[in-house]
Amino acid sequence: MKWISAVIKPFKLDDARDALSGIGVQGITVSEVKGFGRQKGHTELYRGAEYVVDFLPKVKVEVAIPDDRVEQVIEALSKATNTGKIGDGKIFVFDLAHAVRIRTGETGLDGL
Amino acid sequence: MKQDETKEMKNSIKGASKNSIRGIFCIAKQKRDFCVAPFLKQLPVREMGSLHLSCWALRINRSGLKTFSSVALLMFAITIPALTVAADELNSGDTAWMITATALVLFMTIPGLSLFYAGMVRSKNALSVMIQCFAITCLVTLLWAFYLYSLAFGDDVAGVIGNLGKAFMKGVAIDTVKGTIPESVSSIFQLTFAIITPALIVGAFAERMKFSALLAFIALWVTLVYGPVAHWVWGGGWLGTLGVLDFAGGTVVHINAGIAGLVACLVLGKRRGYPNTPMRPHSLVLTLVGAGMLWVGWFGFNAGSELAADGVAGMAMLVTQYATATAALTWLLCEWVFHGKPSALGIASGAVAGLVAITPASGFAGPMGSLAIGFAAGLLCYFASVRLKRIVGYDDSLDAFGVHAVGGIVGAILTGVFVDSAFGGKGLAEGVTLGAQVWKQSVGVLATIVYDAIATLIILRILDATMGLRVNEEQETEGLDLVLHDEAGYNL
Repeated sequence: MKWISAVIKPFKLDDARDALSGIGVQGITVSEVKGFGRQKGHTELYRGAEYVVDFLPKVKVEVAIPDDRVEQVIEALSKATNTGKIGDGKIFVFDLAHAVRIRTGETGLDGL
Repeated sequence: MKQDETKEMKNSIKGASKNSIRGIFCIAKQKRDFCVAPFLKQLPVREMGSLHLSCWALRINRSGLKTFSSVALLMFAITIPALTVAADELNSGDTAWMITATALVLFMTIPGLSLFYAGMVRSKNALSVMIQCFAITCLVTLLWAFYLYSLAFGDDVAGVIGNLGKAFMKGVAIDTVKGTIPESVSSIFQLTFAIITPALIVGAFAERMKFSALLAFIALWVTLVYGPVAHWVWGGGWLGTLGVLDFAGGTVVHINAGIAGLVACLVLGKRRGYPNTPMRPHSLVLTLVGAGMLWVGWFGFNAGSELAADGVAGMAMLVTQYATATAALTWLLCEWVFHGKPSALGIASGAVAGLVAITPASGFAGPMGSLAIGFAAGLLCYFASVRLKRIVGYDDSLDAFGVHAVGGIVGAILTGVFVDSAFGGKGLAEGVTLGAQVWKQSVGVLATIVYDAIATLIILRILDATMGLRVNEEQETEGLDLVLHDEAGYNL
C-alpha cells in the first residue's frame, strides 16, 4: 500500500478531487498548508510598513492506495493540477505499513 | 466659541439699550445674518428686558411712542424683582440633539475606535485593545462622577483649574440647566470627550502595556492632564480667555492624546521584534468598520460641540464631511503616487486624519476652508505616519502621534486662518487680525504640547518605577489576550 501526498495550488483542489473520483479513488484527506518551493511570495504594505510574505497558501491532498495504482493516481493528479506555472506543487509517495477501517475492523487492502 | 459670542452680543446690547431703537439697527448692520428672535432666548432675562421692549417699540410710530414708553417703563419696573438672577432657559430642540450627540460620541469609542484599533493589531492582542477602550470608558465615567467634571468645568481657580464645587455632581439635578440644555446632558456630553481622549492613547502602546498599569495611567492622566487642559480651553481657563479657538477639541482631545501617545511609546519602548518582525493588521475589515463608525459618530463630536441645534451645528457637520472626504482622498492619492497602489487602510487613515484636523475648526471654518484643512491633514498626517515614523524609528503602533497629534496641530493652527470670513469662515473676533489669531492658536498648541508631554512623562516614570508598565518578553510573544485576560479573541 502507498500513501500519496500532493501539495497543490488551492484553486486546483476541485480538479484534483474530480480526477481521483474519476479513476475510482474515493477516500481523500485534504489540509490547508503554507509553503513555497521556487515560487516567490508577495509584499503587503500597511501605512508604510512593508511585509514580504514568503509562505504561500497551498492545499495538501492525501490518499491511501494499493501499490498497483500508484502510476495511475500520479498521472491523474498531475494532469488535473498542472497549470504550467511555477508553484504548481509536488507529489510525494510514501510506503504505507498498515491500514484499518475503524467501523468494521478490516485491515490491509480491505481497510483502504 | 459660543461663550465669546454671547459676551460680545451682551456688550453690544448694553450699548443698544441706552439708545434702544437706533441700537437695534446698528446690530443688524454689523452682523448680516443676525437674527433677533433666537438671540433673545439665549440672553439672560435681565438683559433681555430693554431689548425686548425696544423691539416692540419699533412697531409703533412716533406719536404712540410717548404713551408706550411710559407703559414700557412700568413693565420693566414690575419685572425688576424677578430679574435678580440670569436664568438659562431649556430648549427641547437643543436638548434632543445634544442627547443624540452624546450617544454618537460614545459610539465613537465603543465600538468605533475599539474596532478601528483592534483590526490593526495582531489577532493575539485584539481583545486587549478592546477591553482597554471599554475599561477606559468605565473608569473615566466614574472619575467624572466623582471629581473630574468639577475639575474641568467647575468654577475657575486662577484660570488654571476648576474647583471641586461640582464634585460628586453636586448641584446637577433634573431641572438644572446650563445654556439651553440640562446640565446632566452637557456634563455627559463632555464626559464622552474625556473618554475618547485617553482611549486614543491606547494606539501608541498597543500590544505591550500591562492592563493594571494602563488603568493607573489613565486615572492619573485624565486627572492631571485632560481635566486641566479641558478647563483651560472650555471651562473658563486661561486659553479660552486668551481667545484660542478650539471648537470640538483639537488641542484638548487630539494633540493631548497624540503627544501623550508619543511620550508613552518612547517610554515603553518598541514592540519586541519591531520593525523587522511582521506585525500585520489581523483584520482590516474590522478597521474599516471602525473607521466608518468614527466618521458617523464624529458628527456628534463636532456638530454637538455647538451645544445647540442651530446653523453653527449644521455648518459644523458640513465642514466635517468635506474635510474628511478630502483628507481621505488626499492620503489615498499620496499612496497611489508614492507607493503605486491605493489601500483600504490608507483611505481609512486619511479619513480619520481629516476628522481630527477639522475638529478644532468645525464651528469656525467655512466649506471651502474645510477642503483646505482636509487636504493639509491628509498630506501631513500621511508623511508623519508613513515616513517620519520609519525615519525616526519610534514604535507608535497605531499612529496616535502621526494622526492625532499632527492632525490636531494642523487643524488648530489652520483654525486661526480659516475662521477669517475672507475664507468663508465665521469671522475673526473683533479687533483680532488673522496673524494674531494664528498666534493665539500657536500658544494653545504649544501650551498643550509642553504641559502634556511633561506631565505624561512624569506619570509614566512613576508608574514604571512602582508597578512596571510593560509586559515581559515572553508574555508579549504569547499575546496579551491569553496572558493578561485568559481569553482568545477568536476560537475558529
